[in-house]
Amino acid sequence: MVVHFESDVSGAWNEMFSAPGVARPMYQGLLGDLTSLDMVELGLRAEQLSRTFIDRGVTFAHSGEERPFPLDLVPRIIGALEWDHLSRGIAQRVRALEAFLADVYGAGRIFTDGLMPRSVVTSSPHFCRPAIGVVPPNGVRIAVAGIDLIRDEHGNFCVLEDNIRIPSGVSYVIENRRAMTQTFSSLFSNHRVLPVDSYPAKLLAALVAAAPAKAASPTVVVLSPGVHNAAYFEHVLLARMMGVELVEGRDLVCRANHVYMRTTSGERAVHVIYRRVDDDWLDPLQFRPNSVIGVAGLVNAARAGNVTISNGLGNGVADDKLVYTYVPDFIRYYLGETPMLDNITTYRLEEAEACAEVLAHPEDYVIKPVDGSGGKGIVIGPHASAEELAAIRVAVAASPRNWIAQRPVALSTHPTFVNDKVSPRHIDLRPFAVSDGNDVWVLPGGLTRVALGEGELIVNSSRGGGSKDTWVLSEELVTAPLLTGEVTQAPMDSAPPQQNDEFIGLDEEQQ
Amino acid sequence: MSERGMLSRLAESLFWIGRYIERADDTSRIVDSYVHRMVEDPFNDEAATCQSLFAILGIDATDLALTRTSTLDTIVYDVQKPNSIAGSLNGAYENARRSRDFISSEMWVALNTTRNELRPRERVARTLGPATYLAYVRERCALLAGLTDATLSHDDGWQFLVLGRNIERIDMTARLLRGRVAYMEASPDWMAFLRASGAMEAFMRSTHQLDNANGVATFLMLDRMFPRSVLFALNVIDEALMEIQSAGQRDNHGDSARQIVAHARSQLEFIDTETLLDQLPELLQILESACYRITDAVTHKYFRHEEAILWVSEGGL
Repeated sequence: MVVHFESDVSGAWNEMFSAPGVARPMYQGLLGDLTSLDMVELGLRAEQLSRTFIDRGVTFAHSGEERPFPLDLVPRIIGALEWDHLSRGIAQRVRALEAFLADVYGAGRIFTDGLMPRSVVTSSPHFCRPAIGVVPPNGVRIAVAGIDLIRDEHGNFCVLEDNIRIPSGVSYVIENRRAMTQTFSSLFSNHRVLPVDSYPAKLLAALVAAAPAKAASPTVVVLSPGVHNAAYFEHVLLARMMGVELVEGRDLVCRANHVYMRTTSGERAVHVIYRRVDDDWLDPLQFRPNSVIGVAGLVNAARAGNVTISNGLGNGVADDKLVYTYVPDFIRYYLGETPMLDNITTYRLEEAEACAEVLAHPEDYVIKPVDGSGGKGIVIGPHASAEELAAIRVAVAASPRNWIAQRPVALSTHPTFVNDKVSPRHIDLRPFAVSDGNDVWVLPGGLTRVALGEGELIVNSSRGGGSKDTWVLSEELVTAPLLTGEVTQAPMDSAPPQQNDEFIGLDEEQQ
Repeated sequence: MSERGMLSRLAESLFWIGRYIERADDTSRIVDSYVHRMVEDPFNDEAATCQSLFAILGIDATDLALTRTSTLDTIVYDVQKPNSIAGSLNGAYENARRSRDFISSEMWVALNTTRNELRPRERVARTLGPATYLAYVRERCALLAGLTDATLSHDDGWQFLVLGRNIERIDMTARLLRGRVAYMEASPDWMAFLRASGAMEAFMRSTHQLDNANGVATFLMLDRMFPRSVLFALNVIDEALMEIQSAGQRDNHGDSARQIVAHARSQLEFIDTETLLDQLPELLQILESACYRITDAVTHKYFRHEEAILWVSEGGL
């Protein structure tokens, strides 16, 4: 049986097909390659792929169990022109967020200029008072950012959320590519795909650039909460590929505002800590006194300028979902530029008019807590029961600052190999940006997450989501400019687009 | 030792990877020889044999049924028991996870696939008998040992692994021999021991005497060429400790682990081999205690890390 692509009936944007059977230009080569295979072969390749992952232990921990993160056979392709636009938009956003953080923990111009009430920041649970006045050596608080994008019904990429605390997932980008080139090398011979394996070197260079000036040859470490963390595999991979030590809190000790790691030949000074531990757990003296995965005294050592903590302390104020609504303003205010990537239409419920509208029609909105994660607390209005709507009305009315409302957006779909069929499934995209103080570099592609259940919208790995190898082509395959040529799409069949059908879930955690 | 040393926690993990892999290997060899006896010897007292097996491996058997099936469950398949084969391999795996940025990818994949494969192998073994399972374990341990030596730099980390491997090897050989001494009736004969240690052919080639208990014990304790003999392993331990010890230090003073090794070795070196069998209980006692004390000394010197500190906020509790 030859490979057959099931058609899309959701009304969402289909990444591969512009109409049933008609592939978009960048997918034409891939479609040709895939349709020349039969389903049995595809099934065998899928099995081989998952075997590779199980053998290599490419897993995430969920409820105390190590599970492989399923990699789908059908890669996602982004054309060169579109990527150029996306990567510049991401870099722009990261620069603006960086400027905002410097302002929040510095002069606070944005508040005195009246663009944003100071209370938005001071009321955020991620606002970190010990970080005030700490100036990073190269000015970088966001060494690594993961900007979550989705493509809406019209084919436009929008920003769903910014992850600038400890974004994770880049290890799957690297492992996915490795597994795909091993099991499906023939697909690569017809495409020029930009490589992803330079990420660790870029990250290391950025971390070294962030070292305190007095450290002549800085020692960089990766700080992990330990083997039970969901992203432990990634911590190991990055430490290994950067050739630096992977440490846990108990490996480090602070003395006179300097940080050392315990080795078999005594203590060795540490200068840059790429931490994968949340602010709250980092230093029992400053934050949670019951943290045993942190290092007592770390924050003071950073304040004394003897060690750089990366990403910076208190970055969470800038990826709060209420602050998210201000990011386009940041881009105009700090950079004097026009935002290249749009937000999803979002309403601040602390504004009386918006709040009244949402309270009157909660069934028309997706309502999210501003600091929630893991899809917790999200109410998808169109799907919610009368009781849920009643409950959210009460909750929103009680503390509007804690909620935002968004227009329901249908995630784009992509052909995906599930249950021996190739069917459309919803996807998102998390590109990764690395900043060394001079330049914001965006890893070509990023992590495409796919919801494997039919009609399922939560792309989380913890909800049984999978991922796709994400290809950025090095050159455009067509002469017509993609961005303007593809915006009108005929529905896949006669059914009207069901606006309410699809919403993206949030990531369980940034990491 | 490199000037910069390595993370103490990592060194400890590598030490235990070495111990656990060796423990899985040795346990499978010992169990194989006992199972063989239970199957082949028509006069065998199954309960007594099981009892001696538990005693050798240091497992408290008070609440355990002394049947072949339940013994195999406890010693071979039960992943919850740190001394069982599955438990040892799991222990090696858990330590490898913690040192995954240090060990080679090939080692990691080999250990990970081994662990993944244990369940299916167990299901087969429960129908066809434990031999296939035990053979699989030995094969994988050999693979892991090979990858350890061929794909890791022979730096301090590797030395810690080798150290762990050889301490465990002495410990297990001592246990095996003590089982023979203490439970003569219920344990396999000397030849089975040689087979269990993979030493049968080497022994035959070196002595040409089959039926000589003293000769077998001497071989397993003192042979200078056979890598599983106690003396050989002690020499390897001493070399590893010497490599790890700080550069520039030229005597044993200040290295209590090396002093313990030197003491144990001199006890062996000066023994009268003619009467070795008679002195065996005492010697084995010395060796078991040496293994314990070396581990203790190494832990104290290289793996020391303070206990996790629990911070209590002021006025708390």
